[in-house]
Amino acid sequence: MKKDKSRRSLLKNISLASFAALAATGCNMKELEEFFQRNFRTLSDKEKDDIINNLEQKYKEKYDKEFQVSAQAAMDQVEFAYALDLSRCVGCRKCVYACVGENNQSRSPQIHWIQVLQMEKEKGIDFAHSDVHYNPEKVPEKGHFYLPVACQQCQNPQCTTVCPVKATWQEPDGIVVVDYNWCIGCRYCMAACPYGARHFNWGEPEIPAEELNTDMHYLGNRPRMKGVVEKCTFCIQRVRKGKYPSCVEVCPVGARKFGNLLDPESEIRYILENKRVLVLKEELNTQPRFYYFFGV
Amino acid sequence: MNFIRFINGSIKLILQGSKAYYAWLFFLVALALWGGFGYIDQLQDGLITTNMRDSVSWAFYIGNFTFLVGIAAAAIMLVIPAYIYDWKPIKEIVIFGELLAVCAVIMCIAFIVVDIGNPMRFWHMLPLVGTMNFPYSMLSWDFFFLLAYLIINLTVVTHLLYSIFHKKEYNKKVVQVIVLISIPMAVGIHTVTAFLYNALPARPFWNSALLAPRFLASAFCSGPAILLILFQILRKITKFEIKDKAIWTIAELMVYAMFIYLFFTIAELFKEFYSGTEHILYWKYLLFGIGDSKEIVPYSWSSIIMGFIAFVLFLIPKTRKNFVTLNIGAVLIYASVYVEKGIALIIPGFTPDVLGQIYVYTPSITEIRTAAMIFSLGFLLFTFLVKIAIAIVFENYNISDIIKKEKSVKSEMSTI
Amino acid sequence: MIRNHFVLKDDFQLIKTMNMKLINIQTRKFRLLFLGFIITLLYSCSTNEANSGNNESGIQNSGENSLKNSTSGTEIAVEAPPLTDGIFPCNDCHSEIEPNPERRELVDMHDDITAMFNHDSENRWCLDCHDINNRDSLRLASGKLLDFKESYKLCGQCHGEKLRDWKVGVHGKRTGEWNGKKEYLLCVHCHNPHAPKFEGITPEPPPVMQENISYMNRKNDEQ
Repeated sequence: MKKDKSRRSLLKNISLASFAALAATGCNMKELEEFFQRNFRTLSDKEKDDIINNLEQKYKEKYDKEFQVSAQAAMDQVEFAYALDLSRCVGCRKCVYACVGENNQSRSPQIHWIQVLQMEKEKGIDFAHSDVHYNPEKVPEKGHFYLPVACQQCQNPQCTTVCPVKATWQEPDGIVVVDYNWCIGCRYCMAACPYGARHFNWGEPEIPAEELNTDMHYLGNRPRMKGVVEKCTFCIQRVRKGKYPSCVEVCPVGARKFGNLLDPESEIRYILENKRVLVLKEELNTQPRFYYFFGV
Repeated sequence: MNFIRFINGSIKLILQGSKAYYAWLFFLVALALWGGFGYIDQLQDGLITTNMRDSVSWAFYIGNFTFLVGIAAAAIMLVIPAYIYDWKPIKEIVIFGELLAVCAVIMCIAFIVVDIGNPMRFWHMLPLVGTMNFPYSMLSWDFFFLLAYLIINLTVVTHLLYSIFHKKEYNKKVVQVIVLISIPMAVGIHTVTAFLYNALPARPFWNSALLAPRFLASAFCSGPAILLILFQILRKITKFEIKDKAIWTIAELMVYAMFIYLFFTIAELFKEFYSGTEHILYWKYLLFGIGDSKEIVPYSWSSIIMGFIAFVLFLIPKTRKNFVTLNIGAVLIYASVYVEKGIALIIPGFTPDVLGQIYVYTPSITEIRTAAMIFSLGFLLFTFLVKIAIAIVFENYNISDIIKKEKSVKSEMSTI
Repeated sequence: MIRNHFVLKDDFQLIKTMNMKLINIQTRKFRLLFLGFIITLLYSCSTNEANSGNNESGIQNSGENSLKNSTSGTEIAVEAPPLTDGIFPCNDCHSEIEPNPERRELVDMHDDITAMFNHDSENRWCLDCHDINNRDSLRLASGKLLDFKESYKLCGQCHGEKLRDWKVGVHGKRTGEWNGKKEYLLCVHCHNPHAPKFEGITPEPPPVMQENISYMNRKNDEQ
């Protein structure tokens, strides 16, 4: 407690000292507040509320629209898991774009949380011979299968371990999230992720205001800024309200399954118990909560 | 008061020099300006001005960082043979080695700062005010080690110079202890930097136990190369005395380092190519390219060839003891390790990426300019520090001298 | 005729004419009433028979397409079967026609079905699934008649494993809530019963090559 207090006062001193310098460069009070905002996990509920109110205000001014930013916490007795039927996926990429829209991913420079890999049936799961840029008239193409990859929400994530500032962590329901206001953009997590699931805002992200999804979560789909890392959150803004992730809902072949790993009656548990299941790069001991299965 | 005198005197010192000195300064400042304007672009538009992308998310900057950690480490490690072989100018070697280390560490930190997406949030990494992920993140460790290393070396070198400046005896015991601490620290920073990459099972190219030993061996090739040349320059223009024999001993030690480095690399290559697991892809990309993506091949082979020539030049006693070939060898090994750390270490770690996609990376002009800015500013700092150190150590630049001069000026003024 | 492609929510707009409606009992009561009305109209001649066999299966049809999944206790809504206007009810025409049980290729009527038919076509034909006497009913191998709303039972005769997976939500698409109300699709919403194999679809555009995500491109876009 005492330590915390001294830390805060130290922070205050620094903020006061820096104020003059920053004020000179034309920063306003809100930006300054944002600059000194602490790690999300160290904030009290009241501070979180204030920050969220400010955010909603800020977005309203910026985009001229009403936004709901939630900081809804994880539900008890819930651990999310995902399963994807490799024998069904046709590689249509509808999930990719549903995800972009739902999660306010930058249109330029383009960011896609889901990458659909086209693979050769002869070779099996072989990343070296896969292709993300396939573009035939019709999919599925003969002799190929499709393997969509996004964050695997590992039970033993390496990306969170390596973060030098604790800006990314695993929530109690298993979702690995990023505090966009705390990430310094060192990209160590991107180097550590074996699934290419983390994406960096190389430039200022651009999203047309009319395409913005206004239903947001602080740790999920709120607009990001230049120089921070982002990733799939299983649509945290949806799943914490009980909805399915938007990729599940859009998949035209029903290849995507989602549910609570702790619920023995869930689709996920049925798949784990009855289907041939695999996880990617099992040897790395990341223990993904994203399972690939063969429905037939 | 004395400190102000020291600052004033030092500023005068660094602004005076031969034509060659001014030309060197002009070159560095011009380079820094050219680079600085490139960096401004990056500050404005973000890292999109670099050629790094999601597939290759670390590249030239982090490579330079790694290289400079090696320089910083090797500069101090050179103190070991100085002690063992009892070279006469041990104090001087410590001073110039530490100055080099200090500059290299500052440049390292600068490369981290330019590499991160939000440099303004750098304070999040600090203990107390930020949330440092210690001891889990190797980057935290690395940062912590670098900072400690910087502080230690800065303490020793300033204490030494300050004592000489004041014509006082320096605290021999304390200095000796700190130098003895800084030697394992030097090994430490480079090991930790190697662990930074080594710690990632997602990147098989780095996930080899030999990575840290290879780092150390390569650092022991490139770091002494700079000092080798520096000592010769110092010997020529100052009263700095170092025997040919000592220089040849350094060169001899470098041969051992090169041999060990070669051996480690061959061991690594044997394991990868003979077992032929999927990990071979990265080495293939580095050495031969995959498909049409051969952009990195010239870099890797130029590094190998330069390193090999240097090895031969250093290995044959005749060329080792000839200062022309020795210096050619030193430059070649420096360049070889620079290309190896800057490009050949980082890029194949990311190519092909974790999902097997190939994004061909070569540094963008912004990256080259930013790196040029950091290097030129670093060299500028090093030049100034060395100039001041030379004056203090060899040219009788000290406090009593300054006071004497001030008095004489005053008396002149009063007589007028 | 039933459209042969994947049924997406968006596509419902396109095939409104086919009288297909998405029902969610809990939230769309008005729609439900309206649909209930239509269903009553459509099925007026066969509801009694169809409902008779309802209460046996794991999934219960309460007559208004609201299914209670007995295993998980979650509420599940199923869409109405995609029947085609103008063709259904079949008895409008078939009540006038003398049934011909002889296995043959239809050429005068339903030639469109003949042309596309690809569902073990060597061994099967219309009357293996459609009842010979009451064309508004389907017919199980046991001879039991079946409402179109329960066509999944007919499919499940052969594709038992699929039926099992479908019931637990593993085969086919489920939407709604992972811990609550869910919406199902019938087999025939996605698969054309006469040619169940999916046809290829046009993929969405591939991601931009990373080589083309550049600072210069961006500047050019702005101008």
